Amino acid sequence: MMLRRTCKQAAALMLAREDRELAWADRVALRLHLFACKACPRFANQIHTVRQAMDSWRHYREPDA
Amino acid sequence: MTIEHDIAEQRPYLMRFARLQLRDDAWAEDAVSETLLAALSKPQAFGQRSQLRTWLVGILKHKVIDILRARKREVLLGDSGDDEGDELDALMFKADGHFQTSPLDWGDPAAQLSSRQFIEVLDACVERLPAAMGRVFLMREWMEMSSEDVCKELSVSATNLYVLLHRARLRLRECLEINWFGKRPT
Repeated sequence: MMLRRTCKQAAALMLAREDRELAWADRVALRLHLFACKACPRFANQIHTVRQAMDSWRHYREPDA
Repeated sequence: MTIEHDIAEQRPYLMRFARLQLRDDAWAEDAVSETLLAALSKPQAFGQRSQLRTWLVGILKHKVIDILRARKREVLLGDSGDDEGDELDALMFKADGHFQTSPLDWGDPAAQLSSRQFIEVLDACVERLPAAMGRVFLMREWMEMSSEDVCKELSVSATNLYVLLHRARLRLRECLEINWFGKRPT
């Protein structure tokens, strides 16, 4: 089984998991990549932040005029 | 104030979501008019006035999905060619798959995310998504539909949907990095 992923592939997996379940091998490969890479954990944090941002966007209520 | 008055007053708020989701003023007008009509025809269905918006948004989502269903052939049209999304990938990554420039450290911004200024920037970024991308993205994020349901309602393949969502999320990340996180004094 090939477990090496480039940053581009890892980023694609991090985006994809917002919308679908990753295959087991992809999950393992992503975890390994995040462990070894300096840049990708930042990207992971960004995608996590975007998710939180959309939650807050959805619940945001302007004060009633 | 009468309940009719309160309902009518929510129109601009509903239009904002309808426009963002439908990306077509006429469709948005239809969805909101039908929402207001439905609400006005059974105001007794609504209990606490403090939750008027939540109740109306619930009705609006049903009207919006009716329109998306009826217009499914047009919903995914309109975005320029397929290469555009790959362009953003090419800007971000070198040929060998490494980042061109390392992603910024966004830190732990939880507290900022509910500020009015941030919501306005986020709103603008969502609005700037090309139409087809924006529609499927908001079906996931505003209407909170599963990917499977989006595919079913629009008769689109999972592969096509995931490509659009991938691009939408990448653009949104980029837009927030440029217009919010990159601007913070560090």
